[in-house]
This record gives sequence, structure tokens and C-alpha cells, in this order.
Amino acid sequence: MSAAPIELPRWADVALVPLVSVAAALLVAGLVVIGIGENPLEATALMLRGALGSAEGIGFTLYYATNFIFTGLAVAVAFHAGLFNIGGEGQATAAGIAMAFACLGLSWAPGFIAVPLAILAAAAGGALWAFIPGWLQAKRGSHVVITTIMLNFVAATLIVYLLREVIGKPGSMQPETPDFPAQAVLTPMHQLLAPFGLRLPPTPLNSALLLALLSLFAVWLLIWRTRLGYAIRTVGANPRAAAYAGISPAAVTMVAMAISGALAGGLAVNEALGVQHRLVLDFTAGYGFVGIAVALMGRGHPVGVGLAALLFGVLYQGGAELSFDKPAITRDMVVVIGGVLILFAGALDGLFRRLVAGVLRSGRSGA
Amino acid sequence: MTQPRAPAIELRGISKRFGAVAANKDVSLSVAAGSIHGIVGENGAGKSTLMSILYGFYEADAGEIRIAGEARRIRSPADAIAAGIGMVHQHFMLVETLSVVENVVLGAEGGARLGGGLARARAELTRLSQQYGLAIDPDATVGDLSVGLQQRVEILKALYRGAGILILDEPTAVLTPAEADQLFALLRALRTQGKTVILITHKLREIMDVTDAVSVMRRGEMVAHLRTAATSPPELAEAMVGRRVLLRVEKPPRERGTPVLEAVGLCCRDARGTETLRDVGLTLHAGEIVGIAGVAGNGQSELLEVLAGLIQPDRGVIRLDGQILATADRDPARLRERGLMHVPEDRQRSGLVAAFSAAESAILGYQHDPAFGAGPLLQPARIEAHAREAFAAYDVRPPDPALKTAKFSGGNQQKIVLAREIERRPKVLLVGQPTRGVDIGAIEFIHRRLLALRDAGVAILLVSVELEEVMALSDRIIAMCGGRITGERAAEAADERDLGLLMAGVTGEAA
Amino acid sequence: MDWLQTLAVVLDSTIRLSVPLICAAMAGLWSERAGVVDIGLEGKMLIAAFASAVAAFASGSAWIGLGAGVLAALALALVHGFAAITWRGNQIVSGVAINMLAAGLTVILGNAWYGQGGRTPSLEGAARFGELTLPFARWAREHVPILGLFYDEVISGHSAPAYLAFLCVLLTAFVLKRTRFGLRIRAVGENPAAVDTAGISVARLRYGAVAICGLLCGLGGTYLAAAQSAGFLPHMTAGRGFIALAAVIFANWRPWPALGACLLFGLLDAVAIRLQGVTLPGIGLVPVEAIQALPYVMTVVLLAGFIGKATPPRASGLPYVKER
Repeated sequence: MSAAPIELPRWADVALVPLVSVAAALLVAGLVVIGIGENPLEATALMLRGALGSAEGIGFTLYYATNFIFTGLAVAVAFHAGLFNIGGEGQATAAGIAMAFACLGLSWAPGFIAVPLAILAAAAGGALWAFIPGWLQAKRGSHVVITTIMLNFVAATLIVYLLREVIGKPGSMQPETPDFPAQAVLTPMHQLLAPFGLRLPPTPLNSALLLALLSLFAVWLLIWRTRLGYAIRTVGANPRAAAYAGISPAAVTMVAMAISGALAGGLAVNEALGVQHRLVLDFTAGYGFVGIAVALMGRGHPVGVGLAALLFGVLYQGGAELSFDKPAITRDMVVVIGGVLILFAGALDGLFRRLVAGVLRSGRSGA
Repeated sequence: MTQPRAPAIELRGISKRFGAVAANKDVSLSVAAGSIHGIVGENGAGKSTLMSILYGFYEADAGEIRIAGEARRIRSPADAIAAGIGMVHQHFMLVETLSVVENVVLGAEGGARLGGGLARARAELTRLSQQYGLAIDPDATVGDLSVGLQQRVEILKALYRGAGILILDEPTAVLTPAEADQLFALLRALRTQGKTVILITHKLREIMDVTDAVSVMRRGEMVAHLRTAATSPPELAEAMVGRRVLLRVEKPPRERGTPVLEAVGLCCRDARGTETLRDVGLTLHAGEIVGIAGVAGNGQSELLEVLAGLIQPDRGVIRLDGQILATADRDPARLRERGLMHVPEDRQRSGLVAAFSAAESAILGYQHDPAFGAGPLLQPARIEAHAREAFAAYDVRPPDPALKTAKFSGGNQQKIVLAREIERRPKVLLVGQPTRGVDIGAIEFIHRRLLALRDAGVAILLVSVELEEVMALSDRIIAMCGGRITGERAAEAADERDLGLLMAGVTGEAA
Repeated sequence: MDWLQTLAVVLDSTIRLSVPLICAAMAGLWSERAGVVDIGLEGKMLIAAFASAVAAFASGSAWIGLGAGVLAALALALVHGFAAITWRGNQIVSGVAINMLAAGLTVILGNAWYGQGGRTPSLEGAARFGELTLPFARWAREHVPILGLFYDEVISGHSAPAYLAFLCVLLTAFVLKRTRFGLRIRAVGENPAAVDTAGISVARLRYGAVAICGLLCGLGGTYLAAAQSAGFLPHMTAGRGFIALAAVIFANWRPWPALGACLLFGLLDAVAIRLQGVTLPGIGLVPVEAIQALPYVMTVVLLAGFIGKATPPRASGLPYVKER
């Protein structure tokens, strides 16, 4: 993305630079913690214990990571096509709306029909909401960045209206739908694993995690093992070469955006179908934006995205636990870390690459 | 009358490298004050780099600049402007949304408030307009002006800053002949006023028409300084192209076969509306190499791109195997399926994906080939095996399909592209600049491959700015100038001088 | 006369709701006219709102609050400039980062310092910008029919930052159009190479524009926290930075039309608030969300070229690299 690429060994490129930016971001967060008069080391210990110190904590961590896998993959797929989809929030909202309609209309259906259909509806809703900006860019030349931002807000007002007027729970003052039919929701992980003799404490972790892991694999397969993925990467890396190869950048733009939006729809699956069992306002809760950090850190590769999602899962769950013990440190710390990471791993990538390259060079000449 | 004036510009031993590429090698140049001095050379000869150094856009790695006898350090355009140098870039440095007068004062506004500066500039523009006959509306928006008028604004910009030395980089590339004549009249008027003009061009006619002296550059070096009156277009053409030790290739005569690709009346315009192809027609037969000779930027690139389906012509008909190609068929993917392959001129920008592994680049355009995987899937093992085989056959080094494309040298990148396009037995092969930036050993290899292909009955269209290459490989040579075909010669009957004249647009009837 | 009074009240709240939009739109306009895309207007306003509320509460002076708000937004603007200009980073990425950073940091610090879930204590007295009554407002209302009412209700009675915001539009338009700096800004956003070859530093110009952008975001944020409200609330900018961006696009990156677009979007907001829960004959309960979504939908439609055409400064979003 930077103008003058700085050559680095591959291991430094894929591992060292992201790690250095994570470390720097955590350092900034540590400074904030010091700034509000707390001990960052203590906070870190509390956080790690909260996130990984118990089966329950791990369950919550993985539940959050599920969200980040979906939103991170959404951003990553668009990145590969050279597109910046910052509409994950809106696409997840649209997915939630489509899924709510499907669930509420499927009360007659047995679970093995209702659940897949609900998931498909979510994917379709997200895909549609992302396809619109993709189409607008491909055919009308309007930039996806601005249109996805605008559509985030349109989705946000649309869901308010729908929850109040159309699919809202009758008689409820809360902006939410009635509960989805009991057979049309995902199974919590502790129930899913109980038959195998695994006794887990109840957590929001549910079978959407499996869907997320499947998505990781599917995206890897799509990007690196299919003809479509080849076309997507070609358009992203060199649109002229794509035209030379007979690949239509317009078609790829639309398809990649739709896939990206469908993946963002996974957020609705985990939250609404997996945990809340109904659609509530603001269920996206900023996960879509953190997905940008996840994708940037993971260098767009599913393995990286998975690891980065896990990191953010730890931060989220650990942050929640931490805020019990230290009310001064709220979970918004994760948003700060996300923001700093996006800055460091994304916009200041050139600076960090230069730093790493400098250190490597001096290490080599010193040895 | 008085003692002779010091040269307006003296460059001594200027060198500049961009990474591994030496753009200027120990270049020296002396330009007499009050003269029009031409600098000729092919694209990539280093003319523009040299002028960018003089204008402070880049700093030279070594060398000295003297202006009017005084050594100067020019580290930024501001330094150059202060030294009295003005430059008209090939791509105009104008802000299209601003008015003429706003463009003229930019950087020389004369005060924080614009009003006064604009009024002064308006008056000065009127004066300059009258002095040189450069009529222009100071309040017109630059984007609305014709290219010729935009160039006038660029010149006025330099004059407004009091430039005594004016550099023009390929100024006629975008002008109509009538506009070019007006420009030359202006340059002569400037000379009369004692200004010094440096004219960078690759058009020999212009050099002969308007300059007093001419310097020739080739591959980053200054190879000749000549008085215009004492030289001729053929001599210049020879100096430009150079007499490289020719790698003679065996070219047994061969009967040409049936027509495979025919084009009639192709016309094309670029985004600016300039005509790039004017009524171009040609026929390619099986088993022949047709070479296009021309100085870069005379429509050869567009011809290749139109034939390859990358741009659509405004007019004209293309037949492949006797069948007229409909618009929908003129798509690179469809054409490939029908046996028309293309080695693009600029492999870095369109022939390869630098970020991909070499194996992946080696299937660009053929990603749908069932050989590389079942259904929608691609199998890396097959892609790598395919690359390994191709790299062995074409001696690509290192023969490592997993290595990033960008890590290969120019010659090896070119071999990757050639292997990809040739191995599928094309009916027609379009080849652009096959040996640009390629080392000598690889050049020979590539030439032999192309000839072998011709002997196997493939129709080849070769575009190259290397005249020697065109002459060595082609069975027929077509010369292009200004988007037009200016002549055709059988290879046996062609000689460099003759072709040089055709490339310069000097056709039989005009001479 | 009742509907006149209603109209005046709606217009009055239009102005109130437009002020932050106007500040942010002018901010965005400066940045983008210089070629630096800024989707971080929201974050800069948010941090300014927070900083101004904190400083105003601590000092008891709204003006000191304004100073703090401006400084905070300026700091984030320079971060954006550092990434976008010095390191030629992706400007969109940087903008997203700044929005998140501001959203998180304000809540954490607010919560840590005041323990009210991110709110700051309410500002009272001189810590908040009071409403200024313009000369003759009362008199005009009583003695001049209609116009007097509008003068008193709509024009008069706003806080100092509100009047500053309108002044900023005037200044922006003037500086862009009539000064050397403005000319250079207009040039650098269209063709930085032209500026460079004219011997002017592209980076310095762009930093200047980005700093002005920060300053104006600071004003807008301060208005939100210390004039429109009496303190900071988490996420109180609520998308205004993006509506302002939409207004800039709508206005084709020109100051006066941007003012118009902000007033229009402010009016939509005022009407939506007014119509909340109102049943109109023939329509039923007014779907206020439709009105709220209108600026966004209109922007998408505009960008798609279905109505008019949005032409951003040609070099916006592109880091400047000298070409070979």
C-alpha cells in the first residue's frame, strides 16, 4: 500500500512486522493504563487470566473471536480484490434483518431446514448490502469506501424502523424481535459437546464457531486454490494485468464485495442466531470496524486472521473481566488498541517496515 | 561585437542511477546562449531524466551544472526557477480546474492576497501575448482549453517567471501539425529575444526545422553533438539507433502462408481525444514475421492493444482466420481461445503480476485452462509442475516456480511471459518490445525462439523500438509515424536510412 | 401566526443542529481540497468534544474548553498527516484508526476520571457557552412583523461557537478563493506535481490544510459538548462527521454549497425530531428514520451519478510521489 515498498525477508514480512505493530499498540495501551493511574502489568495479568484462565473464560474468548473471524475475513476478501470494505457493520445489520425475517417466517420448519435457511438468508442479506457498493463502483464509478460508510448508516436507521414497526416484539418497549423459534437457533457449544463427555460451563460460545472455522478454510480455498480467487488477487494486485488476462475487474469487484458482505453476515449468525436468539438493535457493536484491524494484522491470510481474531477475543473477554476488577479500565480499551493497531499495521505500515528493515540490517552488519 | 557569451547551460559528467538502472552516464552538454538546441534520442535514452536533473526534480549522483558560466547547485524546482530555467513538461504541470492566470501565478503570486498578483499577471500576460502573438483568455479555465493552448499556458508560466532558458520536453507529441508550426514560430521569436531554448524530441523533422545545434543521446549516454546545418536526418537516425553489434540470426527464407490476421481502417483515439491510429491496415500471413518500425509513441502500442482486444478501436475491421471479429469477440480471453496470443510491451505493468509467485504469473491469462485443476479449483502442484517444465525449456533462471515474480531479472521475466504465450502453439503472436531490458544472452535466445515459431507457421507481429531487431527478424517491415503507416519494405530491400526516413514521417511524396 | 412560530422554531433548531456539521464540513473541505481524504472527522470532533468538556469543567471557562478541544483535534489531525503525508500511508485506513482511537479513548478516560460511564460532569455557568442575544432582537420581535420574529428566534440566541462556525465558512470561502495560500491549496489537491514544479513544498501545504481541518473539527466538537449540550456523552458525535463528509460531497467540495448542504441536513434532522411520534393524515405515523437516512441515501445516489455529478479533487486520496 505504501508508495515505495521496502524489501523484507518473508518471515519478517508476515510475522515480525505485525508482531512489532501489535507490541507497539499494546505499549500505547499500556501508556493509557498508566495515564489513568493503573498498573499495566497487573492489568495484563488480570486480562490474560480472565480470558484464558478458566474454561468459562476460554469459552467467552472463542465466542468473541468468532465475531472477529467473520468481520476480519470480510475485510480481507475485499482487500485481496483491492477494495476497502468498511461497511461490515451495515452488512452485518442487513444480514441480521434478512435472517430475522427468515427465522420468523420459518416457525413451521424443522431445525435442519430452518437453521441452514436462516444462515443463507444472513449471507444473502450481507451480500446484497455489499453488492450495492460493489455494483456502484464497478458500473458507476462511485468509490466503495464512501458508499459503504453511507450504507452503514442507512442500515442502522433501517433496523430501527423495522424493529419498531415491522418485526418488533409486540408490546415490548425494547427495539428487538420476538424470540426466534427454538428449533431455528444454533446449539450452544456446551450442549453440543456434552454427548462427547466434555462438561463445559455454559458460555455464549455456540456452533457458529464451527461455521467461522469453516469460513476460514473456505476463504483460504477461495483465494489461493480457485480460479475465482486467482482472478480476485490479480485484480487486486494489478488491474492492468487483469485486463490483459481477460479478467473483468468490474465483475470481480462485484463478486468480491458480495462475498465480503456474506462473510460479514456471519456476525449476525453468531450474535442473533447463536446467542441472543432474537434480533436486537446495535448487535454489531463495532465488531465490523475491529474486523479491519483483524484483517490488517492478519495480512489478509486466513491463518493470520484467525490468530488476530483470537488476539482480539482475548482482549475483549480479558477486557470485560478486567473491568470488573478495575472499573477504571473499561472494555473500550480494546477499541483503542484496535484503532492504534489499524494505524500502525495499516496506515503507518511503511514506518514499521522501515524500522524492522533498519533493525535487521544493523543486526546483520553488527554480527 | 563583444566577447562571446558564456554557454547558457553547461553540464559536466552528469550521472544518475535509479536502483540498478543507470539513466544518465557521465553526460556532458553545452548549450549556447540565444540558441535553440535539440536533444534527440529514443524513449528511455535518458533525455527526460537529464532535463529533470537540470530542473531540480532529481539530484544527480555526480556531475556539475553551470548556468551562464556559473556553477550552480540545483536541488529543487525552486532553485531552477531562481536560476532562470523554465520547463514545459511532456505531461503538462497545469491545474485544470484553475484559470489561466491562476496557473500562471502559482508559486509566483507576489503577496498573500491574490488580487494584486492576479491583476499584475493579467497585464503581463497581455504584454507577453502581444509580444509573441500568444493570444489567450486569462480567465478561461485551463481544463477547457485545447492541448495547444494548454501548452501555451505552460510557456507563459515560464516566461512570467522571467525564464531565460526554456526546456520543452516532447512538446509536439500532443500537437497537430499546424499547432506545431505555431510553436516553432514562437521558439524562433524567443530566440530573437535572446532566450535559450532546449527542445527534447525524437522527431527528426523538428530538429532539422528549428534547431541550431543538436545532441544525441542513446542508452543514458551522450553520443554526438552536431551542428544542425551540418547534419542530416539519416545521420541523426543512425546516431539515435546506434550500431550495436548485431546478433545476426539465421533466417532461412520461407514461403508465407495464408492470411491469418487482417486489419482494415483501424482508427483510435486516446483519453485526451488525440488520434493514435489513423486508418491503419495490415495483413499477417502464416509463417511470417511482420515488424513495425517506429519511434516509440507513434501508434505501435495502440495497434498492438487494439489487435489484442485490450482497447476497442473507433473504426475498422479485424478478421481472424477470415472471420470478422465482433466487438464481443475482441476480448483478450476470447482471442486467446482462438489462438491469438500476446506478449505485451510492458511486461511489468501488464504481462505479469509482480506480487505473484513465478508459477502463478506463468498462467496469467490461462487461469481457466482445465490442465491446472478440476472445476473451479486450481491445483498448485500442477501449476508448479507446469512452470518447472516451462522454465526448464526456456532456461528461466533461477528455475524456482515458488519465487516471487518481482525477484526475477528482466530477461527472465520476459522468458516467463514468452514461454506462457508461445507454448500453446498460437496461430497469431503479437510481440511488443521482446528484448527491452533483456541481457544479451537472453536476446539471442528470444530471437531464435521467435524465428522457430515463424518456421512452424505462426503469424507474428513484432513491435520494437530497436530498429535492428525489427530488421533482423522481420520478413516484412512496416514503418509507422503519427499513428499512420508511412511505408512498407521487404526485409531484403530495407536499409536503415530509408526506414529512418519513413519513421520520421518523410514519405516518398513529401520528400 | 402559529405556523410562523413553528417555522421559526424549526429553523432555529436547524441552525443549532447544523453548526457541528458546518464545522466538520469545512474541516473536511480543507483537507480534501488539499488532496488528503479524511474520514476521521468524526473521531476528531469526538475527541475535541471530550477534551473541551474536561477542560471547561476543570477551568470553569468554556473558552479554555475550546482551546483544549482545538488542541486535541489538532493532535489527531497531525497523526493523520504524519501517516498520510510523511509516510504516504493509506488515508482511509488512517481515518478509520482515528475514529476508533477517539471513540475508545474518550470513554476510557472519561470513565477513569469521572466514573460516570464515560460522561463528563455537566457544565454550568461560564463553563458552557451561553446564548448570545443579538442587538435589537427583543425590540425587533415586538416591532417588526415576521422578520423581527425570525431575527430573534432564528438568527439571534446562539452561542459564540455557532457564530464562529458561520464566520469560518466565510473565511474558508475567502481564503480559498482570494489568497495565495488558498490558490496553492486548490492546486495541490488537483495536481501536486504542478505545485512541486512551481517550487512549492507539497508536504508543507498539505500539513497546513490538515492542521486547519483539525482546528475546525475542534470547534465543532467543542460546540457539541460545551454549547449544544452541557458536557460530554460517549459517542455524542453520532455520525455527524460522516454527514458532514456527505455534505462536502454534495457541495462538490465548495464552501457555500457545503453550508447549504449542512443546513439542509440540519433541517432534515430538525424536522425528524419535530415529527417524532406525530401522525400525519394520509401517511400515518411518520417514519422519521426515513428522514434521518435521507442524507446518506442522497449521497449514495449522487455518487452513483444519477443526480448531478460529484467530482472530487483529482489528487485526493493519493500520496504524492515524484514520478520517474
